Amino acid sequence: MTESPSSEPEPPSPKPRAAAGNGMRLVVPLQGVVQGRGGLILGSLIPCALFYFLQLYLKRHRSPKPPASSSNPPSPSSSSPNLGDLARTSSRSNLLGRGSIVPVRLSSRGMAIAKPNDSPYYVGLDKVAGDRFHRVDNPEGIIQLGLSENTLCFDLIERWMKENLMDSLMGGDGAELSINGMATYQPFDGLMELKVAMADFMSRVMGKGVSFNPSQMVLMAGATPAIEILTFCLADHGNAFLIPTPYYPGFDRDIKFRTGVELIPVHCRSTDNFMLTVTALDQAYNQARKRGLKVRGILFSNPSNPVGNILSRETLYELLDFAQEKNIHIISDEIFAGSLYGTAEEFVSVAEIIEGEEFDKSRVHIIYGLSKDLSLPGFRVGVVYSYNENVLAAAKRLTRFSSISAPTQRLLISMLSDAKFIEEYIETNRKRIRRMYDLFVGGLDQLGIRCAKSSGGLYCWADMSVLIALYSEKGELELWDKLLNVGKVNVTPGSACHCIEPGWFRCCFTALAEEDVPLVMERIGKVAEMCKSGH
Amino acid sequence: MVFKLNNQLLSRMAIGDGHGENSSYFDGWKAYDSDPYHHQNNPDGVIQMGLAENQLCFDKVEEWLKKNPAASICTPEGVAGFKDVAIFQDYHGLPQFRNAVAKFMGKVRGDRVSFDPDRIVMAGGATGAHETVAFCLADPGEALLVPTPYYPGFDRDLRWRTGVQLVPIECDSANNFKLRMEDLEAAYEMAKLNNIRVKGLLLTNPSNPLGTILDGDTLRNIAAFTNENNIHLICDEIYSATVFGKPDYVSIAEIVDEDRKSGRNVLNLDLIHIVYSLSKDMGFPGLRVGIVYSYNDVVVSCARKMSSFGLVSAQTQHMIGSMLSDAEFVEEFLGANRARLAERHGAFTGGLGRVGIRCLRSSNAGLFVWMDLRRLLKEQSVEAETALWRVIINEVKLNVSPGSSFHCSEPGWFRVCFANMDDETMEVALGRIRAFVAKHKEAMKPARKLCAQSSLKLSFSGRIYDEFIMSPRSPIPQSPLVRART
Repeated sequence: MTESPSSEPEPPSPKPRAAAGNGMRLVVPLQGVVQGRGGLILGSLIPCALFYFLQLYLKRHRSPKPPASSSNPPSPSSSSPNLGDLARTSSRSNLLGRGSIVPVRLSSRGMAIAKPNDSPYYVGLDKVAGDRFHRVDNPEGIIQLGLSENTLCFDLIERWMKENLMDSLMGGDGAELSINGMATYQPFDGLMELKVAMADFMSRVMGKGVSFNPSQMVLMAGATPAIEILTFCLADHGNAFLIPTPYYPGFDRDIKFRTGVELIPVHCRSTDNFMLTVTALDQAYNQARKRGLKVRGILFSNPSNPVGNILSRETLYELLDFAQEKNIHIISDEIFAGSLYGTAEEFVSVAEIIEGEEFDKSRVHIIYGLSKDLSLPGFRVGVVYSYNENVLAAAKRLTRFSSISAPTQRLLISMLSDAKFIEEYIETNRKRIRRMYDLFVGGLDQLGIRCAKSSGGLYCWADMSVLIALYSEKGELELWDKLLNVGKVNVTPGSACHCIEPGWFRCCFTALAEEDVPLVMERIGKVAEMCKSGH
Repeated sequence: MVFKLNNQLLSRMAIGDGHGENSSYFDGWKAYDSDPYHHQNNPDGVIQMGLAENQLCFDKVEEWLKKNPAASICTPEGVAGFKDVAIFQDYHGLPQFRNAVAKFMGKVRGDRVSFDPDRIVMAGGATGAHETVAFCLADPGEALLVPTPYYPGFDRDLRWRTGVQLVPIECDSANNFKLRMEDLEAAYEMAKLNNIRVKGLLLTNPSNPLGTILDGDTLRNIAAFTNENNIHLICDEIYSATVFGKPDYVSIAEIVDEDRKSGRNVLNLDLIHIVYSLSKDMGFPGLRVGIVYSYNDVVVSCARKMSSFGLVSAQTQHMIGSMLSDAEFVEEFLGANRARLAERHGAFTGGLGRVGIRCLRSSNAGLFVWMDLRRLLKEQSVEAETALWRVIINEVKLNVSPGSSFHCSEPGWFRVCFANMDDETMEVALGRIRAFVAKHKEAMKPARKLCAQSSLKLSFSGRIYDEFIMSPRSPIPQSPLVRART
């Protein structure tokens, strides 16, 4: 049925008021369409026209994408772990395209990642790179206490290398140097010999109460890809993990960058010595549910980073029960398991807890690596250890993007297989960390700075709240800035670790020599004086 | 031992098929791995010709390593540097490594262009480099154009975790599978019509699986096209040092350089990116050295941050840094590489030619040939190609790669790798091919029956496959010489 656009069809009852004017002209044909008579063309034209104009409006008012080349001043350091913006090369000075300059579109996640990271964790690392302390060459430089590295036992490794050279490169064949076994394609998830050696190392490190099965292991280039790969396997985009605070700042990158998974903090307090409680966990879980977030798992570091405390057996049982109840995963990052110095408590791996128990093991996963316990962060060796076949299968496939270099694998097979050396190393390492801990924490104590009770890790968690003027994140960052720029000491402020109480700082002490400790204390003391006298 | 398998607990990615390993493409690997060829121990085994590995110049590398023990840091001479290397995890990479790789890339291009070490970003092999570039340039659902035939790994590396789509641009044998501008334009327009947001074009130059290179003019036209349409141009140049004959190789870096030096400055360099690796040019896939080289500062910064997920082991960086800084070694290596590839290619194509098997004419690069077996197909279909492929694996005992796995639009083409074996093995392979062709020639018509007789159905369960693939004796990808060593 055709209608000329200018005529108004006669609607049947109910009749609209004729006085209503233009609005009615719209409604009437629509009503006509709905009632199946008249106004078909008008009734379809008008909404289409409205829709078209709406689209046009939206298109015109869409905010323009940011230009591709953001101009940030280049940072002075060339070897900083943070974003080092590059100086523009001259060849790019003139960028006129044929038409007008249209900004280049990167992906939105790319743009988000490329933004300079202003977290003090990264800023501090940058600054040190530009002015690193050296006893002889740069005695006024910044002392690095913000990177958890351990250089205390390199002499042991160096000695081992000298005594075991060719083997270490070629994997025990001794005689002929052959690139063949090293350079060609290897299984992406690591050589079986390395898995066997790692399983052995892990059980030595975690205490002999637990053995690890090499076929439940997937190897990749560092704990960084390990946690990302595990996240990809356990959670979808938009899901979340619960994580006790304070936590390692790197998790924000490792987990959130590309997977789209959220981290929900479960705040721990100094009154509990920053220990995770199931009450807090439960609260956080419920709040997440209310916000419509699907929690897929709990991620915790044990020994924890940055505090250094270890979870008791009871707490681990409680966590497993909680996970079972909510049907979620447990990810235990045990990368510092071998860096223990406490004598009071015993480290218990979650592997030990579930061994022989009737728990649903398919939800338990362990992250490990050689960056801390064996001081080899440069070699890029990480482990995902899982009891879930499907997770193992999926993770294995993902290792193609992050495999361990073959010669490095051969070297490590050799080193880790030397049981005598490894036992000696683990024990000596613990002793030396203990010694540095005593020196360092003792030194801080003399300055009136107390540390949280801790048993592991390469750092201490120091309470400097007495020194901050304003008891807030702002006050904490001011102190951090003073320590960095005046005291020339880089520490990691609690806010970078999402700590809910201001004034706490992580200080790593295992990359120092004993003779440097008094100097560190002197510098911190100077800043402490400044703060006390109100500067 | 409670081991409840609860699939609902896993992510969609873990459960899904994005890894692409359930494709029948892997039948060949399985056949190889269960029956690998060995000169003495298994002379009737399957010869691996589906793995693009370059083993022709290992002797040069071994010689260098012997003469330079300090490079390995696991020797008395090198151990002094151990501590600094072991602790080094800066994602900028060792300066010596970056400088050496930049220099090497320049040398590969005959020093016609130079590369900026500050733009060298590490990744976990070329696999990781491709994924990183896709993450940086495209959001989930957006697409990259890729000319066919292309490396099957792209389906996984560019799409799996990134959620990016691939839009193929079909090329055919009528003009040697060279990408035509009209096909590129048509594919781009078609994608737009289908509301697919194209973010870039991915070129592999030299091409895998074709073994051909793009001439300067074509490259210029392509760059002009992407420039005009404001989409990215990603050039995978991982085979750049495997160009063994004329015509000379032209890298996108040279096109960029030309644009700048001439003063025209037409190209928007923010759109141009190169993916590189040492896996093919140097034969070092085990070292996992992938490189993202971008002219876009933001991409460099983003890729560098992502490189934390696939940093090159500092030990490897140190070794490569030393090796590639040795100009004399690099010169010698590149020369020997080209010469040996040329020789091997010539011997292989010659051998094939003598039994009437043609390979893609213009191929002058890569570690493989693109073999034309169309006339051996009982009909021009993918099924016939697959049937022929199964015959080649099971009867001729060669693992080659069927064109369909490369998304080739014409059935009957096969990629055959020749650089991952010694001369003797190659002769054996040629012998088998000769025998097969002779037999097949006689039985051309009744070939149907022949194929039907040898029931070629290789059926297997997906899960057994996966375990098998990831086992230490995995076919993916191990070279026959590794076996030969034991």
